[in-house]
Amino acid sequence: MQTELRAPMLGRQMLLKLTSLAQKAARHLGRPAILMEVCGTHTMAIAKSGLRSLLDGCLELRSGPGCPVCVTDHKDIDKIIALARQHNVMIATFGDMLRVPGTISSLEQERARGAQIEIFYSPLEAVTFAAGHDQKEVVFLGVGFETTIPGIALSIAAAKSRNIPNYSVFSVHKLVPPVMETLLHDPELNIDGLILPGHVCTITGRSAFDFVAAKYGMPAVIAGFEPVDIVKAVYLLLKQIIDGPIRTANGYPRLVREEGNRNAKEIMKEYFEPADVCWRGFGLIPQSGLAVQKKYSFFDAAVRFPVEVPELLPADGCACGDVLKGKITPPQCPLFAGVCTPLRPVGPCMVSSEGACAVYYHYE
Amino acid sequence: MTPGECLIDVIQGSELMFNQNNDELILLAHGDGGMLTHQLLRDYFLRYFHNPLLDTLTDASVFRSENGRMAIATDAFVVDPIFFPGGDIGKLAVCGTINDLAVSGAEPLYLTASFIIEEGFSLADLEKIIASMSQTCREAGVQIIAGDTKVVGRGQVDKVYITTTGVGYLLSEANLGYQRLEPGDRVLVNGSLGDHGLTILLQRETLGMESPLVSDCAPLGRTIKNLLSRFKGIKFMRDLTRGGLATNAKEIALASGMDFWLDEATLPVKDSVKGITEFLGLDPLYLANEGKFLVIVAAQEANALLKFLKDEMFAGEACLIGDIQAGQGNVYLKTALGGTRKLNMMAGAPLPRIC
Repeated sequence: MQTELRAPMLGRQMLLKLTSLAQKAARHLGRPAILMEVCGTHTMAIAKSGLRSLLDGCLELRSGPGCPVCVTDHKDIDKIIALARQHNVMIATFGDMLRVPGTISSLEQERARGAQIEIFYSPLEAVTFAAGHDQKEVVFLGVGFETTIPGIALSIAAAKSRNIPNYSVFSVHKLVPPVMETLLHDPELNIDGLILPGHVCTITGRSAFDFVAAKYGMPAVIAGFEPVDIVKAVYLLLKQIIDGPIRTANGYPRLVREEGNRNAKEIMKEYFEPADVCWRGFGLIPQSGLAVQKKYSFFDAAVRFPVEVPELLPADGCACGDVLKGKITPPQCPLFAGVCTPLRPVGPCMVSSEGACAVYYHYE
Repeated sequence: MTPGECLIDVIQGSELMFNQNNDELILLAHGDGGMLTHQLLRDYFLRYFHNPLLDTLTDASVFRSENGRMAIATDAFVVDPIFFPGGDIGKLAVCGTINDLAVSGAEPLYLTASFIIEEGFSLADLEKIIASMSQTCREAGVQIIAGDTKVVGRGQVDKVYITTTGVGYLLSEANLGYQRLEPGDRVLVNGSLGDHGLTILLQRETLGMESPLVSDCAPLGRTIKNLLSRFKGIKFMRDLTRGGLATNAKEIALASGMDFWLDEATLPVKDSVKGITEFLGLDPLYLANEGKFLVIVAAQEANALLKFLKDEMFAGEACLIGDIQAGQGNVYLKTALGGTRKLNMMAGAPLPRIC
């Protein structure tokens, strides 16, 4: 924890400057500026710090497609459920996946029916668990963006070097730059700037997001996760909107480098290859996901335990897709807080602790 | 079968034999009401819990009652793991029920304890749990005066579950209730938040984390009796178990129709808890505590109560955390940045069994 960044006076002084700049931007645009925070961790930090309420009226912050649980396609969830129902398979997962509803069930419901599901924080722990339970097939759910993928790649490396045959990964990994490109293509997109995900950029580097400003003319700032980091990013975005020049700026230089983390990128490339995958709310986006490399297919759960699931439609009225695209805020979904709550979620955005709907439900 | 698999079988087999030879196990017959049940009662439960009321071994204990109001509370305990840093399921089972009575303004007197034990459970572990309950009862000045033991087949429960029921007289000084809350009342807690919940969470083998954290599990009866005898302005208390500060504050807010305004900067959370919860994506305000309570007190007594908690009751981390205002049953948190956020009830966190 960087406590000096949490000094309340620092944040409050910066906030004063920000508020007057936001008013200036609102005059410039003829309405309050709308900024999108792409990353779910930002959504959470904005809610927990009360930033949204402090900027109410002069600036709007919208959530984007940056919660990996939320963008997991319902068909992938159905496949995971089918996997969990296979004899002798134990699903190893990050906790957030437990309550995500597919079309027919969730892992939590499957666990109650007798499926073996264990929550792990680190994929390497799951490998160790597999080594100690060699009568079980341990399948790790590879859910996440560039930030979590290298760790899961390392778990495959560990399973291979430790000769653990009962460990495999079910990869529904996704990459952030391709979905940003899809989002920026959308003619209905109505935002004035992007707060880019700091943790993803520590891996990809700033340059991976150059296209946001260079190709689409969208102001963009990479942000850290302390409240003052976000205040700073919003400030830099408003400066771009009012005065230009428009560029993908690095507002998180204490961790983000121009070319990112070369080791992590090489590990990802060694164990995973680009694949066309479906995103909840967006549909199929070419080359936007990662599948396990062919040469490691022994550790690919999709190859080892092939499952087929019927084409089913997600629940009626669920507007997770529009929330993920920043077209609406969670309270504008007809199901929000009535039919859809964290205890009985209809869509994934109400489940993950970093899902926009869950964050609004808990904190706003 | 590979040589490796053979080896594992051999190791497991030898463990089983070791258990048979050196460690006595709970058998189904320990719960059948016959000779083994009586041995278990005599050699374990009565050895630790004995007192004139329990020693009669009658179906019910008869005790004297005076005129006055009594309070009764019951709670079941299924915590996993059963032994954890700072406590065990037995200590928790005593503290949990005592604390429910104490925050209701009662002085805990007697407990009952029912055990549901899994066949094959280690008698040595059972004895550790019973000894710990006995020790906690002594510290808290209560006695266990009735109980029951059932043994079920392997896999039908996980090791051991305990249910305790407690009774006590309402202290004459106690005048507690939602209806007494008024705008301007102050809110205090007696120490740091989230220690128990996070300690239990970190015990899960699959998280692979180690920390110096210990559970705050402790009986609160004496502290609360002292508070009530000195501060007439205490209007409400609540132990901050499941759901943590946030859920419990919201429940009180809804029941009273008042708003809570809490100040984030004053909330006592240990640095280690802050760091780890941030890492795991948890919120310490929603984590369970087992030795922490919230007090709502008239403003003019708040500072003296805080000083008393800190100086006399060893609650060095006690804090004034906010106040009560007229409202509509909301809990607001003023953030360090100067913003405001609402706290709602916990809606199912991915946590293990915590109590």
